[in-house]
Amino acid sequence: MAETATRTKPAGSGSKSRRGGSRSGGSRSQQRRGNTALGSESPETLREYFRQMTLIRRFEERAAQGYTQAKVGGYCHLNLGEEATVVGLMSSLRGSDYLFTNYREHGYAIAKGIEPGRVMAELYGRTTGTSKGLGGSMHMFDTQAGLLGGYGIVGGQLPLATGAALAIDYRGGDQVVMCQMGDGTTNIGAFHESMNIAALWNLPVVFVVVNNHLGMGTTVEMASAESELYKRAVAYRMHGERVDGNDVVAVNEAATRLVEHARGTGEPAMLEAVSHRMKGHSVVDPAKYRSSEDAEAARAADPVAAFRARLIAEGVLDEDGAAEIEKAVQADVDAAVAFADDSPHPDPSTLFDYTYATPVANDSRRLPADPVF
Amino acid sequence: MAVITYRQALHDTLREEMLADENVFLIGEEIGVFEGSYKITAGLLDEFGHKRVRDTPIAEEGFVGAAVGAAMLGLRPVVELMTINFSLLALDQIVNHAAKIYGMFGGQCSAPMVLRTPGGGGQQLGATHSQNIELYYAFVPGLKVVAPSTPADAKALLKAAIADNDPVLFLENLALYNTKGEVPDEVAPAEIGKAGVVREGSDITVIGYSRMATVATQVADRLQQEEGISAEVVDLRSLRPLDRETIVESVRKTGCAVIAEDDWLTYGVGAEIAASISDGAFDYLDAPVRRVAAAEVPLPYAKPLERAALPSADSLTTAVHQTLEAVGHRR
Repeated sequence: MAETATRTKPAGSGSKSRRGGSRSGGSRSQQRRGNTALGSESPETLREYFRQMTLIRRFEERAAQGYTQAKVGGYCHLNLGEEATVVGLMSSLRGSDYLFTNYREHGYAIAKGIEPGRVMAELYGRTTGTSKGLGGSMHMFDTQAGLLGGYGIVGGQLPLATGAALAIDYRGGDQVVMCQMGDGTTNIGAFHESMNIAALWNLPVVFVVVNNHLGMGTTVEMASAESELYKRAVAYRMHGERVDGNDVVAVNEAATRLVEHARGTGEPAMLEAVSHRMKGHSVVDPAKYRSSEDAEAARAADPVAAFRARLIAEGVLDEDGAAEIEKAVQADVDAAVAFADDSPHPDPSTLFDYTYATPVANDSRRLPADPVF
Repeated sequence: MAVITYRQALHDTLREEMLADENVFLIGEEIGVFEGSYKITAGLLDEFGHKRVRDTPIAEEGFVGAAVGAAMLGLRPVVELMTINFSLLALDQIVNHAAKIYGMFGGQCSAPMVLRTPGGGGQQLGATHSQNIELYYAFVPGLKVVAPSTPADAKALLKAAIADNDPVLFLENLALYNTKGEVPDEVAPAEIGKAGVVREGSDITVIGYSRMATVATQVADRLQQEEGISAEVVDLRSLRPLDRETIVESVRKTGCAVIAEDDWLTYGVGAEIAASISDGAFDYLDAPVRRVAAAEVPLPYAKPLERAALPSADSLTTAVHQTLEAVGHRR
């Protein structure tokens, strides 16, 4: 299933590499099958993957519940069905690496190392949230964890991620940027401009397309002339490959390889993780446009249930061990909800505190009914 | 004190700021090898190299957004957008991203960057290359928009913009690049958000920014010399924040005002100023506030049509005369 495309960079372009790493002569865009052996991962690591995947599953279920209770407002996009992709990707990054995501980000925030309570508090709009309650579900941020933002505008995060990689390159740092997006994003101009710039300037960024087959209600085939999205990397002489997004081990293996390659050479790459969205586009979407076969396939591919069964079958976990992890995770989510619920709402007196980083003369602090003079 | 062009003031300031701070770098189309479409960056590639003077593909959204991302990690990019018309290709990155990073994420991260770009018509560049659309950016909280009219202000405001931790749209004007003015040897950064009374007067207030502030000063000088009219000129310098106090204080003194703007009248910058005068100087007004603004058409190429559409010293003079007549001013 391997697609190949030759990359022939102009002579001397290799010297642009930050760390003098040699560029490979050819770029491959390839499709990898899932179901990799558990082999190289330690049992502890595999159990930790399972714990995180279960945590995201339970967290998202509670987020949806919070929405129906009107504790969570705005839009609320869930990672249900994408847990293997989320955990596989995040476990490939160092703590010092940076992550840019789109608006479907709660799981990424948690797996990047942010306390679930702070993520839930952001959904609840509280001061203890990742963005002090100013961002909401789509706009989480944590400098320490290296989450440089969830972004609500499709494609908006790509130029930013490219620029963060430019800053790393500028300073000769050894961090890598991962930029997550959905399948629908591959059709927007910012995608193509950023892929070109990242490849042209040799920037250490790994673009990850989470292909859950649906951009809201529009299928990949309805929206993309080339529906095998990883092949789009070829146009930029960038390495691209596809991985089974339901297989956490396979995702981690592919992402780690591409991240470390970017770290060593400064070369960007594109990874397409194919998975399923178990529910609608957002909490309020009943997904009536989905065929029953598609919905059934998503349920059948449930990565959390599949990974649990696989770990038990391979003797990494037993039923009691799995239940113990699930119980602990349930307690973590309960604690996150309690933390969010107990946290204070922002005071209206703080409304103007975050418009400008540098205070400025004549900055308007007028409330709607206030006179101008 | 030296007399230099607006272009030279910009060039010198960029160079000085790059020498002073390793984090300052330039990014944009044709700024390096080509030395800038309007030669502001001439010689800087040779002096600083490709790392600090980065030529980009024609991809405004991509490279403006990359500048935002680099700024988020603490670099201080100065972006050149060839003209403000092309900034529309980067609108999402400017309005939805640069302007929102600080507030939306609870003050954890800012985007310290400058977007330098010229507006201006009158060069027979046609409808898509002659617009004055700074209003689009002045409308957006989170952005700062400055619009210097003189070489000295260009230097002081560019220094301030580069030092600022927020995204600043720095409006230049095609018609100003070759204008000359005195620039002190040592220029302190200007205070963003402050207008200036650049000419004192008692009969009427004329308010302008960028090119029209220089036109206003020329008109005021001539009215004084030829007709004994004492016009006060307010140069806005900053469109966001807007210094309403300075505007209103002047109008309270003179009792009437004309606004000179290169953009379109309906919903334009002048509309906001007129509303501010109504808010703060209603009881002092002896005549309706007048606006001299561009005719509301896609700007034609043909010279007679272009000339007819754009505000000028003559059209401003006419509006001043009519306003003074309405007041009953006697010369």
